[in-house]
Amino acid sequence: MSMISNQSQASKVAASEPRKGSNPMSSSTASRKPSEPLKFVDPVFTLKDVAVSYGNFVAVSDVNMQIPSHDITAFIGPSGCGKSTLLRTLNRTNDLIPGAKVHGSLFYHDADLYHPSASAVEVRRRIGMVFQKPNPFPKSIYENIAFGPKVNGRPKKSELDDIVEKSLKSAALWDEVKDRLNESALGLSGGQQQRLCIARSIAVEPEVILMDEPCSALDPIATLRIEELMAELKKQYTIVIVTHNMQQAARVSSYTAFYVTEVNLTSDRRTGKLVEFNETKKMFSTPDDERTEAYVTGKMG
Amino acid sequence: MATTSTSLESRVSIDRRIKDFSFTIFLSVSIIASLAFIFYIIYRLYNNAGFLLSWDLVTFFPSYDIDTAGFQSSIMGSIWVVGFATLFAVPVGVMTALYLEEFAGKRNRFTALIELNIQNLAGVPAVVFGLIGLAFIARGPLSWGFTVGSAAIVLAMLILPVIIIITREAIRAVPPSYKEGALALGATHWQAVSKLVIPSAVPGTATGTILAVSRAIGESAPLLLLGALSFVTFNPTGLDSGFTILPLAIFKYASDSREEFQVLASAGSLILLAILFAMNLFAILLRDYTLRKRNV
Repeated sequence: MSMISNQSQASKVAASEPRKGSNPMSSSTASRKPSEPLKFVDPVFTLKDVAVSYGNFVAVSDVNMQIPSHDITAFIGPSGCGKSTLLRTLNRTNDLIPGAKVHGSLFYHDADLYHPSASAVEVRRRIGMVFQKPNPFPKSIYENIAFGPKVNGRPKKSELDDIVEKSLKSAALWDEVKDRLNESALGLSGGQQQRLCIARSIAVEPEVILMDEPCSALDPIATLRIEELMAELKKQYTIVIVTHNMQQAARVSSYTAFYVTEVNLTSDRRTGKLVEFNETKKMFSTPDDERTEAYVTGKMG
Repeated sequence: MATTSTSLESRVSIDRRIKDFSFTIFLSVSIIASLAFIFYIIYRLYNNAGFLLSWDLVTFFPSYDIDTAGFQSSIMGSIWVVGFATLFAVPVGVMTALYLEEFAGKRNRFTALIELNIQNLAGVPAVVFGLIGLAFIARGPLSWGFTVGSAAIVLAMLILPVIIIITREAIRAVPPSYKEGALALGATHWQAVSKLVIPSAVPGTATGTILAVSRAIGESAPLLLLGALSFVTFNPTGLDSGFTILPLAIFKYASDSREEFQVLASAGSLILLAILFAMNLFAILLRDYTLRKRNV
């Protein structure tokens, strides 16, 4: 089987053998056999035996996966399964927690994210992050967007104006705020604030935007707008989203990774594990693992 | 008459209501007592010396003649000493607090030791600072003499721990999400701290500093040891100049055997109180202004 075909979506899957269970009706025990791990052409992230620990506590371990570019990958799983921790290791935000350590190898394209010569500051500029709670700075709307470009260089005022307009337009916020760019960002609604935070990320032209439950503090309408925005943004950016909302994962993502917390009965240690990583369609119809099926059908929380 | 089965009458028992009520009374009495005390002092002082309040009081220098006696040199002395003390203490205090909160990293023995000592310093009696100043600054290794400079350094030592503690609290009160957000945009640690954390901590730090400084203005014990003479007929001209301060000038007049001078001491106390109230008012206005500016 050839490695690359010219279609979009599935073309990025360079499966080494025909995968079973592509027919939703063939949900027999045979399809339970774990398929080959997903492999992509030029993945953005490649994780090999990744584990994250805080002191003696191992939050998540044995993660092997690749994350494709220009697409949306969702991390789902019950609370405490390490999905947020893993997301935060992707742009080295976890470095900021005292005692946090990353094991295994974590590559961004062909660069080791945790190589001693890799600068966390440069990593974070290329790999942006949108947080659970909208966190606009206590500055004007304009200054919020201009913050990133300013800390990364000395753009001219005219350049900044362009960046601000472009970023706000990309985040579908321009029409709502164009007449009050100099007003405080704290006066925006929650949904607007979150779109502002997305615009702020875009302003530094990252390649990847990590989103840590970006809609959990928002109402359904604001959530819908963010989801529409994500669908638009994936043309230009790679998005990895952690979500507690399975419908959201099903709606927005192309690929879904499911994590669980495994409890070691002898030591009572809890460690997050990657159970399954597959196309979202498959995850929500004919997943390879019974635990995935139990979770997505609501039998396990 | 409409009968209803839904009763909205209080079901809280009578003794619980009495407890609730008496506690409210107790709290009200506490606050009234503390306010009454300060108002009584002001009333007594004003009654005693209110007729003396005029610009002469602040323009005349000390004198043995009651008609030309005033507080100019001591007011100027207080301003010079406290002004320089603030100038010395604020940068050092703010930087220490920044280091401890943002750059010292994980709490270890070294930072724990620093913290313990800052807490200790805040509890050291003022007169001990005066003795240190006398032994090491006015005399001893530095030998700067009984000057504005020596006094300012001693007062700076006195308010430094307070400024550090207040600034740390102000920094800790800045939402961590600001820093996280800035770092996620590729800002360096220092950029995140200088552009977001420090500006957000300014209101808390500024008001705390002003309160610390207004305490320093009333402080007299350590400066007594540093040669704050009570009878100084000139304004300070520099760090190496002799000086007196308002609390000591008040003390000097109050201990005079002539009654007119004791009344003059009351007038001086009114000036001191007025300065303190003005500074506290400024602190409150500054806090309100910076908060309003932040929320636009």
